[in-house]
Amino acid sequence: MAITLHLPTVLAKLSGGKDLEVNGETVGDVVADIAARFPGLGARLRDEDGNPYPFVTFYLNDEDIRFRDGFATPLVNGDELTVVPAIAGG
Amino acid sequence: MADPKISRTNGKHPGGARHAEDLSQEEILRYSRHLIVPEIGLSGQKKLKQARVLLVGAGGLGSPLGLYLAAAGVGHLGIIDFDVVDFTNLQRQLLHGTKDVGRPKLDSARDRIHDINPGVVVEGHETRLTSENALEIMNDYDVIVDGTDNFPTRYLTNDACVILGKPNVYGSIYRFEGQASVFATTDGPCYRCLFREPPPPGLVPSCAEGGVLGVLPGLIGTIQATETLKLLLGIGEPLIGRLLLVDTLAMSFRTVKVRKDPKCPVCGTREQKVLIDYVGFCGIVPHSEDADSDIPEILPSELAERLNRGDEFDLIDVREPHEWDIAHIPGARLVPLDSIVSALSSLDSAREIVVHCKMGGRSARAVRQLQSAGFRKVWNLKGGILRWSDDVDPSTPKY
Repeated sequence: MAITLHLPTVLAKLSGGKDLEVNGETVGDVVADIAARFPGLGARLRDEDGNPYPFVTFYLNDEDIRFRDGFATPLVNGDELTVVPAIAGG
Repeated sequence: MADPKISRTNGKHPGGARHAEDLSQEEILRYSRHLIVPEIGLSGQKKLKQARVLLVGAGGLGSPLGLYLAAAGVGHLGIIDFDVVDFTNLQRQLLHGTKDVGRPKLDSARDRIHDINPGVVVEGHETRLTSENALEIMNDYDVIVDGTDNFPTRYLTNDACVILGKPNVYGSIYRFEGQASVFATTDGPCYRCLFREPPPPGLVPSCAEGGVLGVLPGLIGTIQATETLKLLLGIGEPLIGRLLLVDTLAMSFRTVKVRKDPKCPVCGTREQKVLIDYVGFCGIVPHSEDADSDIPEILPSELAERLNRGDEFDLIDVREPHEWDIAHIPGARLVPLDSIVSALSSLDSAREIVVHCKMGGRSARAVRQLQSAGFRKVWNLKGGILRWSDDVDPSTPKY
């Protein structure tokens, strides 16, 4: 199943690229897959218990996954996941 | 079209902006290119003249905001800033010039804005926005624009906007990427609906630590200025319920949905009705030196003495390679913080180690990591290479 994960530049250095082909039936699967492949990145995407952080928002296409089923939100072929972290610069 | 329902604070303000119902001939000429746009016209331009907009911050985002809102004829601009212009601001903060280095930003902002449009009333608030003063300051304005550079002030600005029922025109930047939205309108979501809580201190670098492409605040601040004008004029579709994501490297602009969270403690359940301690909320220990008080430190002058004496110790620089290229201390070895764990085997725990970075923050974390790996003779260089430049070797470039 082809899922694309888009990372912001600040996190992309931990994975070596901003756009990654990823695998998983749910958003949580994808995050686990990424964490296994890039351990440094995993810690930036979810806490030690595997839950989402309140300061990193995941978008499935253009919808915030918290208004779906969070990490349990199912994925279909062609879905695009975008990670949006809180930034504060001004 | 979404209705931002901007509340007006009628007639209780000093100054003449509220009384100027009509435009002078000079103003008609100045705003000619607005007046001939049907969506703006004379009535729209009068709305702008009567409007009161507060800029929280006169830095990277505040610069294009101040310039364009003044040029557009927003009658009353409030600016909150307590900073002084320094050389590192000039790469992106176009409100301030080289001649202004050392001046309060409010003074240079006022001069620049009046040069563009002497008809604009500039009200300076030379203070830090706090839970004690925010509601009183913000209550006098129609629209609040968040151009600040830190999480505590962003949450404070948001919460105060929700409590007062005033739109919060949000923008934020980091390196090559930016975000913009309009929060806290009557039916729209707020910043907390998007990011319920801030990241712990140190996880997300500021522009001072991580850098920023100089033109990026120009881009995002101009988008904020555009949204502000749309709200004041009541035209178009403001970024309410949408977050604009800008990536300048890909040059991509996309929007994602921001839903109003019924569980949001500020705008949803409204269980939080007053302003709180935002510095504490963001996990910042008020006296940060206290948190690191048990980290052994060495002053740059002491380090220089040890280097001159030829003492046996290792000097480790935990900055990034591109920072090393700007300036480094002779005799140091580069081990970026991210790679310190993998470099442990190349470090000798029997030898004394001095760790440094730019200002002392990252090196404090490196000292902690080394201590937890069993290193006992580790010191942090107080103030980093910037203080080394101040105290020991002024020929070391500061950045």
